[in-house]
Amino acid sequence: MIRILKQIIRTGIVTEELPPEVDAEITETGAKLEEAIKKRFRRSLTIRQVDAGSCNGCELEIHAINNPIYNCERFGIHFTASPRFADMLLVTGPVTRNMEIALHRTYNSTPSPKFVVAVGDCGCSGGIFGESYASIGSVDKVIPVDAYIPGCPPTPAAILNGILKAVGER
Amino acid sequence: MSVLIDAITPVLGSDFRRDEGLHPSSIVSYIVSREKFAEASKAMKKAHALLAAEWAADETLFGRGFGIYACYRWGAEYLIIKTEAPLDDANFPSLTKNFLPAYRFERQIHSLMGVTPAGHPDLRPWIKFEDWPEDAWPLRKSFDASKPMPRVFGEYKFVRAEGEGVYEIPVGPVHAGIIEPGHFRFQAVGEDILNLEERLGYVHKGIEKRFESLSWHEGSRLAGRVSGDTTIAHSLAYCMALETMTGCKVPERAQWLRALFLERERIANHLGDLGAICNDAAFAFMLYQMSRLREIMLRTNHKLFGHRFMMDRIIPGGVTVDIDSEGKELILEELRKLLKEFNKLVIIYDENSSLEDRVRDTGILIPDKARDICAVGIVARASGLNLDCRTQNPFPPYDRVEVNVPVLISGDVHARAWVRVEEVRESIRIIRRILETLPSGGISAECGIPSPDASGFSAVEGWRGEIIYWLQAGPDGGINRCMARDPSSVNWLGLEQAVLGNIVPDFPLCNKSFNQSYSGHDL
Ligand code: SF4
Repeated sequence: MIRILKQIIRTGIVTEELPPEVDAEITETGAKLEEAIKKRFRRSLTIRQVDAGSCNGCELEIHAINNPIYNCERFGIHFTASPRFADMLLVTGPVTRNMEIALHRTYNSTPSPKFVVAVGDCGCSGGIFGESYASIGSVDKVIPVDAYIPGCPPTPAAILNGILKAVGER
Repeated sequence: MSVLIDAITPVLGSDFRRDEGLHPSSIVSYIVSREKFAEASKAMKKAHALLAAEWAADETLFGRGFGIYACYRWGAEYLIIKTEAPLDDANFPSLTKNFLPAYRFERQIHSLMGVTPAGHPDLRPWIKFEDWPEDAWPLRKSFDASKPMPRVFGEYKFVRAEGEGVYEIPVGPVHAGIIEPGHFRFQAVGEDILNLEERLGYVHKGIEKRFESLSWHEGSRLAGRVSGDTTIAHSLAYCMALETMTGCKVPERAQWLRALFLERERIANHLGDLGAICNDAAFAFMLYQMSRLREIMLRTNHKLFGHRFMMDRIIPGGVTVDIDSEGKELILEELRKLLKEFNKLVIIYDENSSLEDRVRDTGILIPDKARDICAVGIVARASGLNLDCRTQNPFPPYDRVEVNVPVLISGDVHARAWVRVEEVRESIRIIRRILETLPSGGISAECGIPSPDASGFSAVEGWRGEIIYWLQAGPDGGINRCMARDPSSVNWLGLEQAVLGNIVPDFPLCNKSFNQSYSGHDL
């Protein structure tokens, strides 16, 4: 136990106010995001992530916004296990034919008003997988999308930024 | 001396041809009749070989029918046995009697290529869903992959257990966390798992077919997205298979840089996994600590190589990024800090008795079973199998940098975690060696285009385990077939075995300790 406490104290708070290598936009993003979330969602934005066919690259970066450095919870963002509690769906991947029905069901289980954000080049346009017998392509071919976060995969900072867009611009 | 060739020669007699089109020439491939295809598998079983992969290729463009390939492995040796089936008699003898992983390989061949494994006990579609038209065989040349398929009515029959108190739990495809989709069907009594049936294929994007419409160069980008967490190892395996076909000599420096990327990918993923395993045992502290260390690595990657996962940094002929002395210093400094913190965390893991209680003796895959399913990678090494392409089929620099392979025999969640712990330390050591002795010179060479009907094989030890690529050039010099075998294609079978007799609430923990790829499996 003592080692755990020591490690926690030694580590301190690593959350960055200003993620480096990213333009000033992100701090602004953080502040704006916090404000928007406070206003619109009463301090909490609950997200359900849906992998509709991704290569798992985008998932890794969505995970990363939960790590102590990006720490999305400080903005009131957290991820939920059920679409029924969600304000926002974060959807990755080209939508595969085999996931189309499950994505529809998830969308229908999410209470309105709901935001849908397509994450990654694949979610935005189908990416390298394109459209085929197995891949339907972009998320907006299957459900209505409010915002897009391109990148392969988008960086955690870009994902946080994109979430703001969805919340702030509507 | 070759164990596999010695074992097979008496069975084949003079009844075979050597496949001269296969590269590298160190790997032997025999073309045999369909009867001999089955007999060969019996001989391979007797010789204690593992079935590494089984696949089919539509070779009608060459005026042939279907080629069915089985790749066996024994230690460092690979042997490929091929048989042919004409278009109007598209079947081959099933290998399921001798090799467990053939169950899924052959269901996949049957579902996507429309070639029937005669004698296979379970021909339910795999990856193909019940609502696909039955005669939709996307890997056939006659299939138009650009058109969407209509949905038809169909039903998938899960295995059912019956008896007093037996009930069923369906899970997925959309899971509770930020993870890939798949379906798990449990049969349970009380809390005990009687049976687990996996149902995969949800993220089937048509990758293998997609390769066939890309140029050889674009192919390496797609290979880097077969499973995004393994982008380095997949693109490397693809490029190595292609380079053997074109005779491309990759500059030494590029080979060493590739190994540097590969080891960095291994460390980053192992750190993530160790955190996630502990988190599923309700020890969130470790998740945050490990994900912090992981983030440090990804940022260094971004700074030095321009991408957090180093996607598209490996190309046919070499790599796209170099490292200077400042970069080397940065990595050495990063690793010094990382190792220090990592070692402290490992002590905490090791001393925590409530964690130990969850991870020890949970989800055991006994060595015999691991052998039966022909497991690879971390899963194999945690269950007593000493398998690692880096030591068994070393490409430079692994032929010069000594790799110590950790092997444990308990086969439980702890063993799979501990193999990762040892591998993180080993990879750090390897990276230091690489940076110390990095040869000078260029970082890429002209790769060229393979000649028609040539094929290329490669095996690379990714962080999950052995990845196999087999490429075949068409008559026009393009990609006729690209077979990608992620470790998940065999290791998913291990999870089904490991959870038996465990309690349902321990499933997420068992699953996390395997952490197999859905995308790499579904393709
Ligand atoms: S955008 Fe890139 S990382 Fe994301 S799912 Fe597509 S290929 Fe993978």
